[in-house]
Amino acid sequence: MVLDNIEKLLEKYENGETSLKEEQQLKHYFTQGTVAPHLEMYKPMFEYFLVNKQERFTKDVPLKTKRNFNYKWISVAAVAVLMLGFYFGTSIYGSDLGTYEDPQLAFNEFSKSMEMISEKFNTGASTVSYLNEVNKGTSTLGYLNEIENATSIIFKN
Amino acid sequence: MTQTEFLNIVLPFKDKVFRLAKRLLVSREEAEDATQEVLLKLWNNKLKIAEYKNLEAFSMTMTKNYCFDKLKSKQAQNLKIVHSNYEEKHTPLQKQVEFNDSVSWVAKIIAELPEQQKMIIQLRDIEDYDFDEISKMLDMSNTAVRVALSRARKTIREKLTNTHNYGVR
Repeated sequence: MVLDNIEKLLEKYENGETSLKEEQQLKHYFTQGTVAPHLEMYKPMFEYFLVNKQERFTKDVPLKTKRNFNYKWISVAAVAVLMLGFYFGTSIYGSDLGTYEDPQLAFNEFSKSMEMISEKFNTGASTVSYLNEVNKGTSTLGYLNEIENATSIIFKN
Repeated sequence: MTQTEFLNIVLPFKDKVFRLAKRLLVSREEAEDATQEVLLKLWNNKLKIAEYKNLEAFSMTMTKNYCFDKLKSKQAQNLKIVHSNYEEKHTPLQKQVEFNDSVSWVAKIIAELPEQQKMIIQLRDIEDYDFDEISKMLDMSNTAVRVALSRARKTIREKLTNTHNYGVR
């Protein structure tokens, strides 16, 4: 008999011994139509379980995708810029410096510019000559060694 | 992993996460926040998702822990007087008043159970998990789950019988 079976199942159910399949049977019995009068108090419980299962999570979850920026592309861009720089740079400065046809004239111009360079270099070097004074100063500081000698003698004894 | 792939993985159990959170936190808003938090945590660790053997059980455990943290912090803040749990407004069963009454009575009875029993009733009787899964989720032994479940079911039945017999509310 069905009712008998249900009562047995209910007892097992309360002891936590029913399998999921048996619980499905119980749920089916109590949510489908007529229920024996002395078991009616179980009805709202199983109804409640059934109704509760319908509840859905409707809120949206803001999933942020982290754009992990690829630093490789920076180096690629840098190389590209450099290449462009070289290309346009050489085309501007390398093309029209002009040249001398006459070797004598070329030599004159060359020696003139070298002369100018050496002149400027000498004036530059002469202003640096005061650095020698520093050397003199350090040589006079040599007497500091004497102090060191003295202290070494003291600490030895 | 793309968003759609992630959503496909999460879709089967996100409602279960939500319902468990709602069982523990009562208010819908709180439960929604909890679910969102759990899903975001999963999303942020999406590279590790493949490593988990049972993502669903893992998520349920996460939900449980998150809700316990929430409840604890609420107790610490002494917010009980304010009552941040809101009443659910949109019950789909407003047609039959009496039926509605007895069903909401069940909800009240379950709400009065200890947290652990609440969770077990939720996981077993509403979500239909088997005992092994539940014991994994709640970090309890199989028999402990059975005992708690049996106690919870008996309590519900007793209280229901009382209301049924005397009409006491």
